[in-house]
Amino acid sequence: MSNESVDGTRRRFLTAATSAVGAVGAAAVVWPFLASLKPSAKAQALGAPVIADISKIEPGMRSTYLWRGQPMWVIRRTPEMLEGMKKITGDLLDPESKAPQQPAYAQNETRAQKPEYMVMKGVCTHLGCSPTFRPDTPAPEIAPDWQGGFFCPCHGSKFDLAGRVYKGVPAPLNMVVPPHRYESDAIVVIGEDPKAA
Amino acid sequence: MAIVPNPYKTTGALGWIDDRFPLTKMWRDHLSAYYAPKNFNFWYFFGSLALLVLVNQLLTGIFLTMNYKPGADLAFDSVEYIMRDVAWGNIIRYMHSTGASAFFIVVYLHMFRGLIYGSHRKPRELIWIFGSLIFLVLMAEAFCGYVLPWGNMSYWGASVIINLFGTVPFIGPDLVTWIQGDFVPGDATLNRLFSLHVIALPFVLVGLVFAHILALHEVGSNNPDGIEIKKNKDPETGIPKDGIPFHPYYTVKDLVGVAGFLILFSAVIFFMPDGGGYFLEQPNFTPASQVSTPEHITPAWYFGTYYAMLRATPSFAGTQIWGVIVMFGAVVILFFLPWLDRSPVKSIRYKGPIFKTAVGIFAVTFLLLNYYGLQKPSEFVTLVSRVGTIIYFAFFLGMPFYSKFEKTKPVPERVTE
Amino acid sequence: MKHMLMRFALTLAGVLLTGSAFANSELELQSFRPEYSNIASMQRGARDYMAYCSGCHSMKYLRFSRIAADLQIPEDELKANLMFTTDKVGEPIKSALPAASEQWFGRVPPDLSLVARSRGPSWIYTYLQSFYLDETRPLGVNNTVLPGAAMPNVLWELQGWQKKVAHDAAAGGEGAKAEHHGTAFESVSQGSLSPEEYKQFVADVTNFMDYAGEPGKRDRISTGIKVIIYLVLLLVLTYFLKKEFWRDIH
Repeated sequence: MSNESVDGTRRRFLTAATSAVGAVGAAAVVWPFLASLKPSAKAQALGAPVIADISKIEPGMRSTYLWRGQPMWVIRRTPEMLEGMKKITGDLLDPESKAPQQPAYAQNETRAQKPEYMVMKGVCTHLGCSPTFRPDTPAPEIAPDWQGGFFCPCHGSKFDLAGRVYKGVPAPLNMVVPPHRYESDAIVVIGEDPKAA
Repeated sequence: MAIVPNPYKTTGALGWIDDRFPLTKMWRDHLSAYYAPKNFNFWYFFGSLALLVLVNQLLTGIFLTMNYKPGADLAFDSVEYIMRDVAWGNIIRYMHSTGASAFFIVVYLHMFRGLIYGSHRKPRELIWIFGSLIFLVLMAEAFCGYVLPWGNMSYWGASVIINLFGTVPFIGPDLVTWIQGDFVPGDATLNRLFSLHVIALPFVLVGLVFAHILALHEVGSNNPDGIEIKKNKDPETGIPKDGIPFHPYYTVKDLVGVAGFLILFSAVIFFMPDGGGYFLEQPNFTPASQVSTPEHITPAWYFGTYYAMLRATPSFAGTQIWGVIVMFGAVVILFFLPWLDRSPVKSIRYKGPIFKTAVGIFAVTFLLLNYYGLQKPSEFVTLVSRVGTIIYFAFFLGMPFYSKFEKTKPVPERVTE
Repeated sequence: MKHMLMRFALTLAGVLLTGSAFANSELELQSFRPEYSNIASMQRGARDYMAYCSGCHSMKYLRFSRIAADLQIPEDELKANLMFTTDKVGEPIKSALPAASEQWFGRVPPDLSLVARSRGPSWIYTYLQSFYLDETRPLGVNNTVLPGAAMPNVLWELQGWQKKVAHDAAAGGEGAKAEHHGTAFESVSQGSLSPEEYKQFVADVTNFMDYAGEPGKRDRISTGIKVIIYLVLLLVLTYFLKKEFWRDIH
């Protein structure tokens, strides 16, 4: 072995070039494997928007649908309920829904496209439990001036009938309003934004 | 500090590790100061390529297992789920299925290299035995994997292979039922083969590969001249005069082999993943059916040689066990090769014309058997298979005689270019 | 040594290239090479499959959303022209048949997701052209590719009816006639499509079914070209790298 004829520059260049090209190739091999872990076409098909027929919900009652494996609630609020919500705004953390927990079209007083129907994700913003529906009033064991809402059994968080969180409870944010679109008066598609007019 | 400083005088983070773990030692012993003969040729690519394919199989296998569901009602659908619904799933599956075939091509060539250059001879008998064990486990692993898609070929292939055990005298039929865990290959069979395929056999395989390489690095590599380079060391450095450090010289050389291999491998994966019906058989795109056997049932192509022997052996004294014995015997005989070859020289380069002719005939016979093992049975196929089987065994069993008495050429002191 | 190596490689290549061991050798099929990038043909094939085949034959592994994405069909067109059994684009192609269909045909019409892979495109292409009148069969038709086929010739309105004629008689025959290797047909009544149009129709359906056998095929091949180009670059680099290092070795 002799080192007389060794061209250090050429050798360094070829080593660097091969390493760089090899590294690009290795990264390109890693990509398909990581990409294969994404939700598959099947998971996406199962997570497709759900069609909810809301015409059969009695006033004051709630229906539950499943979208992407999570409970989606539609509550048909009575005029009394809507009236009651106004009385407790002082007890709420974010009564004007400033935090982006809802699409722009639901950032209003009732957090809904139609005040009568509240569409929301039935998951507590604290640690992901599903709160209990408590439309009954009065309910002094929850709050002295309870106007109906949701009570989370896990850590005691309280929400009103628009999913707005009370002050002084563990949950930090209002409950989420999912994208939803009215196909007709009776049909709401949960998981899709309204089509641009 | 009670720690004895490491002999490599490394410092910093590496030094910290070397004081506690033989990292630099391993690097030296197996790469930078492992001296390999400088005259490796084309045939010496296949060892590193086999390692590459093993890594490919493990990696793609892990990702396939994430989406595959064992179970007679689930397996076929889950494979199609991988092929269609999982992003890149079809490519990952083709990498695995093509990898299985590539594994056998590479391993067959690797074994042939050992045969012609005498890499099985003293002091490398254990390397050869570990290698033969790898081959045996690889066959079992491939068979289990072949069954997993639960297509109609998987089903009937499983049925035929498991029924081989039915030829065992007295307990045969009970043995088959016991292996299957059912009266036919079923859910239980599929699940146990899955368990073997993804846990038990890969574990054994990796362990054997480790032992194979450890044994190789203990005695050092053979070479196309069959000369022990350790017999001729530089008196000052103690380095074999014909040896060069594995790293960087053989790492860069093997990279060329890897790139070339990957071109062929990718061409199959991306442009002809069925391998002309040999790598993925057409009937296996139909779900397993207990009532209809595919028109022409064959094992995977890489078992063709041994399957030909099975079919060629006639039943005798009311039992088919002879075919099974011949077939397993053909694999078992490989283990004895180190003691069958009695030639005074290792490499075919210095052996006489008889040995060269014998190896040539053997190679052609092996390929012919492989080809005819996959053809529909006919009188001609049976005849060729019978003659081929006899030649296969004659090659090994006659070796102690023709290799011992044949005149050989003188072996040079140093390796040739 | 070199020539021995060559011989070995050649023999191996010979064995590997001898073609499929599983081709149906008894019957000569009309060779059909699927055009995996002919999207227009596959679109027509999808439309025709849904119109003529999907009533009985499901494709349970093929989702409508996948067809729309791969064959570049907008969602409203997809829903209007292809989706008859469902309105969910994530659903696969289901047949419209009730469970009692087994009594109608003697067997449940098979799922066709993978028929292009289990039988091959040439088989489908030939099969769809090989229905002929046969009074011995319950439905009055038979098929040369699949003798005793339980399926009626649902495409007769397009193709018209044909009868099988003896091989030698075909040589001097007259009129519209499709020459198949080994089998000849003679037209009995003309369908709404000319023989050329019908051939194109069958080619479209076959292209679609080949697509259905592996929806990822087109992406796979285009990825493959990039991979090979990359690997050739890597081979060149590693070759020069090896050469450079091995200048040390004498």
